[in-house]
Amino acid sequence: MSRADFAEGLRGGFAVAVAAAPFGALFGALAVDNGMSLGELTLMSATVYAGASQMVGIELFGHNVQAWLIVASILAVNFRHVLYSAAIARYVREFTPLQKFFTFFLLVDPQFAAMAKRGEEGKPVTFIWYLGFGIIIYVPWVLISLLGGLLGSFIGDPKALGLDILLPAYFLGIVLGFRNRDNFLPVALVSAVASAIAYHYVGSPWHVSLGAAAGIILAALMPLPAVHKPEPENEPHEV
Amino acid sequence: MEFDLQMVLVILASAVATYVTRIGGYVLITTMKRIPPRMEAALNAVPAAVLTTIVAPAFFDGGWDAKLALVVALIVGLKVSHTWMLVAAWLIVMAWRRTIGF
Repeated sequence: MSRADFAEGLRGGFAVAVAAAPFGALFGALAVDNGMSLGELTLMSATVYAGASQMVGIELFGHNVQAWLIVASILAVNFRHVLYSAAIARYVREFTPLQKFFTFFLLVDPQFAAMAKRGEEGKPVTFIWYLGFGIIIYVPWVLISLLGGLLGSFIGDPKALGLDILLPAYFLGIVLGFRNRDNFLPVALVSAVASAIAYHYVGSPWHVSLGAAAGIILAALMPLPAVHKPEPENEPHEV
Repeated sequence: MEFDLQMVLVILASAVATYVTRIGGYVLITTMKRIPPRMEAALNAVPAAVLTTIVAPAFFDGGWDAKLALVVALIVGLKVSHTWMLVAAWLIVMAWRRTIGF
């Protein structure tokens, strides 16, 4: 059973690893371009392990920004993970402390999306499934970012290769995966508009936190469903 | 493999900051016994709300190539799988840039 769970996790994570590979390579190439050494960029992929914030980080390194500001920006980009770890609490509480440590370390966007989806489909969210899903993304991410750093000087303009469209298209796909939830359309629209406005007037990376806050506050204020549906996710959860 | 001490410290501080966000929500929520319904509704909105903010600037601030690619990807995503969304977006962007330009 647990071996089957691990294999299922590997299969699910493999598709994510393939989709993430160009960004890992791109990160490595851009990191070298912004003055990081191969060792430093590999260390960053291995310890921070958060694509979007790694990109924000190297952009700031390249501009000689003060250290505390870089860390604060990364905190802002990753603030959404606070919400992820709150949302998955219902699945994690049976895990051992060591399992929890790795669960939270590996909690990237697609990992969270897969866990939430699996839980909602009523399939068992075991640690061994989660580990399989996570490890097949983590290991290639670290190796491919190193590879990207090595090949950095050979990769030309990422726009000429059309790589820049893959990240938003990929995240759009994950968003669509949640379209059957309550209030999906108003939440997505409000977050989209709020983040676009914040992007213009406040700047990146704050558009992530501000746009998300707008959608989440809207969801909290909207009328609750009058009749509780029988699905488990609509019942109060003991945690 | 060269390491600059200050760079390494910034990277490790960033890693700690990231880890704090990844465990913070769990720590907060386990201190509460029961999740109120409105908080539940808010938590259910988290994935769509957050992930949308990563897509929106690419659409609103991107060129017409990116706008068209994302609209086509959206339509493809509603009909078929996510992999085809990536293929569709990439094909549109490449076709646009090869014919019309950047």
